[in-house]
Amino acid sequence: MATKSDIPAAQPQAKAAATLSKEEIQRYSRHLIMPEVGMDGQLKLKQAKVLCIGTGGLGAPLGLYLAAAGVGRIGLVDFDTVDSTNLQRQILFSTQDVGRPKIAAAADRLRGLNPDIQIDTFETRLTSENALELFKDYDIIVDGTDNFPTRYLVNDACILLGKPNVYGSIFRFEGQITVFGHPGGPCYRCLYPEPPPPGLVPSCAEGGVLGVLPGIVGSIQAAETLKLIIGKGESLVGRLLLFDALAMRFRELKLRKDPECPVCGENPTVTKLIDYVQFCGIRGEEAPAPQMTVPEITPKELKFRLDRGDDLYILDVREPHEFQICNLGGHLIPLGDLSRRVNELDSSREIVAHCRSGKRSAEAVEFLRSAGFRKIWNLKGGILAWSDEVDPTVPKY
Amino acid sequence: MPVKVIIPTPLRPYAGKQESVELEARTVGEALAGLTSRFSELKKHLFAEDGRLRSFVNVYVNDEDIRYLQKDQTSVREGDIISIVPSIAGGSATSGATFASQARPY
Repeated sequence: MATKSDIPAAQPQAKAAATLSKEEIQRYSRHLIMPEVGMDGQLKLKQAKVLCIGTGGLGAPLGLYLAAAGVGRIGLVDFDTVDSTNLQRQILFSTQDVGRPKIAAAADRLRGLNPDIQIDTFETRLTSENALELFKDYDIIVDGTDNFPTRYLVNDACILLGKPNVYGSIFRFEGQITVFGHPGGPCYRCLYPEPPPPGLVPSCAEGGVLGVLPGIVGSIQAAETLKLIIGKGESLVGRLLLFDALAMRFRELKLRKDPECPVCGENPTVTKLIDYVQFCGIRGEEAPAPQMTVPEITPKELKFRLDRGDDLYILDVREPHEFQICNLGGHLIPLGDLSRRVNELDSSREIVAHCRSGKRSAEAVEFLRSAGFRKIWNLKGGILAWSDEVDPTVPKY
Repeated sequence: MPVKVIIPTPLRPYAGKQESVELEARTVGEALAGLTSRFSELKKHLFAEDGRLRSFVNVYVNDEDIRYLQKDQTSVREGDIISIVPSIAGGSATSGATFASQARPY
């Protein structure tokens, strides 16, 4: 091979079938004619075993590129079903896949792309009970999950088993990518010893993701995975790559191995997998915040009272861009502006506050009650419930 | 010294929606104090109640983590870029609204 590698490749177990067929030589010819891959690299890819955690936004381009590149065995872990909101970014799936298990749709797509490779499917949640068993047969683990408990679980399991963890995460239009768990390199806990407490949640208006962002970040994860397998180039071990799609700017930060890291440090205190949901301080996948007990009105009651001609003031506490999607004709004051704009409200009138699902408006009702408002109710279930129970022409988002 | 602090996307709502803020500071600690005095809401997102930087937030001067420099005493020079880099977890099935929990948008 022409170039000297400074990173050790993941070492797939030797397999008997370490040759390429005539058809494979043709399929991979654009790899084979490149000295950085060549026959040697392509055979390493064929013998490699990569486990992808998640087949969503990050897992989609990742799975596609690994399969296309001829990674011999690809494991997929997911428990979700395809829904129509996934299609904006999860390019493994087609419209006709809506309602199917992601695992089944993903496996079909990847087998269609490359019938010569083995696709292993695990339709399950990754847990502390099954992670080590699932990981043990693979050389490289790629983290394409979407929550803190699973990310810490993937990290710790990789460290315990000595396997590299190709990490990517996204938020709106920003991404972070690196390789953890490589011998001598840092792990996720060296970077972030603890997850954020569940109390510090951004408002829902901060949600969302630019559809192409996971495509870019997942593709970078694929590139890092392929480089680890063929043992070429400079990996992201020890570097955190930050990507901002809005500014279209990449930046790079140094990552260091923390000698006091509880998992990969000199005196580790975490020597087996723990309860990561508890570690992250949340009860479950959806992490619902404790429901505040504020006076509520159901969509049907509200409809009845409006039809009867009652003088009700509808207060919409969502963001302006959400108001544009759909609205109930209410007066818009985003939750974050409420304390500043409270004088726009007349406390002598009956007020019904609503948001998308009823959570932000519950906060608004609580705040307004503390500010002396007495005739105020929260629309139970928000616009979503209004659409379900009263007016199905109102779109849900 | 005028330095630039880059605000990450999840924290921009608490920093006047700005991508970056220019400040006069001699150390990282001064820069962050200046930032949180200008944007008081940012404080609880950056610092724990004991005043220490939260463990899911890292701060870099240029490309170096201040935990491996002199922490908040790390001096800054004109033109240095201070980056605040919180952990984010988004990536798969949900919206990516995951700065602080994996909660879906509500």
